[in-house]
Amino acid sequence: MLKGQRGGVLRSYALIAPLFLFLLATFLLPVGMILWRSVSDPELRAALPATAAELSSWNGQGLPPAAAYAALATDLKAVDGASLASLSRRLSYENPGFRALLQSTKRKLEAAPAGAAPDLVALDPQWGANKTWQAMKRAAGPVGIYHILSALDLKRDYETGIGPARPGQALYRSIILRTFMIASTTAIIALALAFPLCAFLARQSDRVRNLLLLMVLLPFWTSILVRTTAWLALLQDRGVINTLLMDMGVIDQPMKLLYNRIGVIIALVHVMLPFMIFPLLASMRSIDPRLFRAALSLGATPFYAFRRVYLPQVMPGVMAGTLMVFVVTLGFYVTPMLVGGPGDQMISYYIALYTTGTLNWGLASSLGLILLVVTLSLYAVQNALLRRSGVGVR
Amino acid sequence: MQKKTTLLIASLLACTVFAAGASARDLVIVSNGGTFQEAQSNAIFKPFEKKTGIKVVEDTWDNGIGVIRTKVEGGDSGWDIVNAESEELEIACQEGLILPLDIDKLGGKDNYVSGAVHKCGIGAAIYNHVLAYDKTRVSAVPSWADFFDLKKYPGKRALRASPKTNLEFALIADGVPLADVYKVLSTPEGVDRAFAKLDTIKSSLVFWTAGGQPMQLLASGEVVMTSSFNGRVTNAINKDHKPFGIVWDKSLQTADSWVILKTSPNVDKAYELLKFAGEAEPQSHLPEVQPIGITSAKAMTMVKPELLADLPTAPENAKDVLQIDDAFWIDNIDALTARWAEWSAQ
Repeated sequence: MLKGQRGGVLRSYALIAPLFLFLLATFLLPVGMILWRSVSDPELRAALPATAAELSSWNGQGLPPAAAYAALATDLKAVDGASLASLSRRLSYENPGFRALLQSTKRKLEAAPAGAAPDLVALDPQWGANKTWQAMKRAAGPVGIYHILSALDLKRDYETGIGPARPGQALYRSIILRTFMIASTTAIIALALAFPLCAFLARQSDRVRNLLLLMVLLPFWTSILVRTTAWLALLQDRGVINTLLMDMGVIDQPMKLLYNRIGVIIALVHVMLPFMIFPLLASMRSIDPRLFRAALSLGATPFYAFRRVYLPQVMPGVMAGTLMVFVVTLGFYVTPMLVGGPGDQMISYYIALYTTGTLNWGLASSLGLILLVVTLSLYAVQNALLRRSGVGVR
Repeated sequence: MQKKTTLLIASLLACTVFAAGASARDLVIVSNGGTFQEAQSNAIFKPFEKKTGIKVVEDTWDNGIGVIRTKVEGGDSGWDIVNAESEELEIACQEGLILPLDIDKLGGKDNYVSGAVHKCGIGAAIYNHVLAYDKTRVSAVPSWADFFDLKKYPGKRALRASPKTNLEFALIADGVPLADVYKVLSTPEGVDRAFAKLDTIKSSLVFWTAGGQPMQLLASGEVVMTSSFNGRVTNAINKDHKPFGIVWDKSLQTADSWVILKTSPNVDKAYELLKFAGEAEPQSHLPEVQPIGITSAKAMTMVKPELLADLPTAPENAKDVLQIDDAFWIDNIDALTARWAEWSAQ
């Protein structure tokens, strides 16, 4: 009996093994590799190995020991063009002048007579500055938190501790905040629109409901790009909406509906609405309408009955829909890019920019990591809240 | 999203090709698709096949140095010649992903227009970032100074959502001579000056990201002037008969180049094709489909005069243009992109 059971367990593992391997190969592994880039900092170690070792033991204050200067001189003479190019790019994140500094120092070292120990500070006074060496130490790798700190607008200074990377500016924090603001606004508006619609749909006959649902499904089946582009035609200054309102004499000047937050929210709500309607409708249809009537017959006011009888029952649907819309919106890229202005771009825009545009993969994956962590913790908080109130999403 | 999928499919395909052990495969040339590649195919690839009997297989890509890295990292993955943008050429060359070219095997330096010959690449197409305007609302040919003058021509303007090209335009509008633009931009004060100039029209700016947007913005009446790639403007004027104007003076020029991947097993054939691609006769047919600026010095006289007028390399258009400084942008793109994002979000 027991033996047979064990065989069954093994068989079921064998059955899900392909799925597990598929997930591992197509999801866990790539995600892990990308996230690894947020802490990996290999360029300096690859280009200047002896210098990297020296920098690791230096405390980052004042100037490094003479051994570090000697190591840098030796390393710079030996390094090949490809590694130096990668290193220059890594260091240019801190200071665009690094490429010129490294190249000119290498040239001068190669031109200098062999034998005598070269004086780097004489070759370029920047080698006598603490901030030059600090930037090198931050990049010394093989792993480091430079990229993650950058994605939070922070920078580690070995003399003064962790502080703002660019005083007075908090770009990525404001983008992350903006992303969550746009996603939550979209979720709330979608809920406000979907709730009465679903309440209405739930009470219709199957035929009418299916017909009306088709109107929800048709745009849902249409490509997001097409729907977004359609909003361009509708919302622009001489677009359908503005022309109509101006011809009717409602407004004199075209309303600004495009390339700002309003346009982004309108288009996002439209794109996300089906994701709210389906879970909400499913939970509303599973409610026994007699419960509501029973509450009324027992003397509850309609509002009381709605709040205490109806709402708790649709809560799982509301939560599932809101979370779905919120999380999917967090990662939106193409809609804000087309209908938003530069102040409405969400975090995925910057991740794409750093991945394919400027090739700063460390920063891109750090931004991704932050988005992932914040989203997962919000999800955990929501689950905990639901469990406490006794209506878990299962 | 599209790009990601293409990349994924491309790398999957690459894996299969690699796994199949493509030892003696055909010459594969990769360009940007659309009418751009159609022009190249008609003028160069097909005539080359006919002339030499060497089979040419075409593929397309959407650019990105990451793609080239991936292609080269695991050995030959099926690409030989790639049409690369200037920054990709610069970085790939520094990182050793592409081969240094022997210019003498490609017809010599004098065969090409200036700026088309690079250590690791040979000019494939020249194009400009120009000022385009709506003739119905802008009476005279505008300059960049007019672009930044809201009093003279009220209405919105569109610029690309990126610091690259816009900082240059701002300095040009502020009176910096073309020759000094990058010198000024290399100083913190110069960057401040460019952003201050952009501040003066910020309330009237719209930003575009995809190459097709500027003409759409002009056509819909959303903006009166915009920056744009020259080919889009010419096509809008000639093919769609739009009342638009194009300003070549003080435009920014850049070039795409042919590069040979380090891992190519077909280097000799690749040289043969690139030599043919640099000859005057095939190049003179390029502008028939798309106003691509040609890189052969001798082809200029062979292009039909009505087509020549729309080319970035026509002497009349090339009088007063600035080459985009790739070295500057490779070093500064991260810092300036962050600054641009901060500026534009405020």
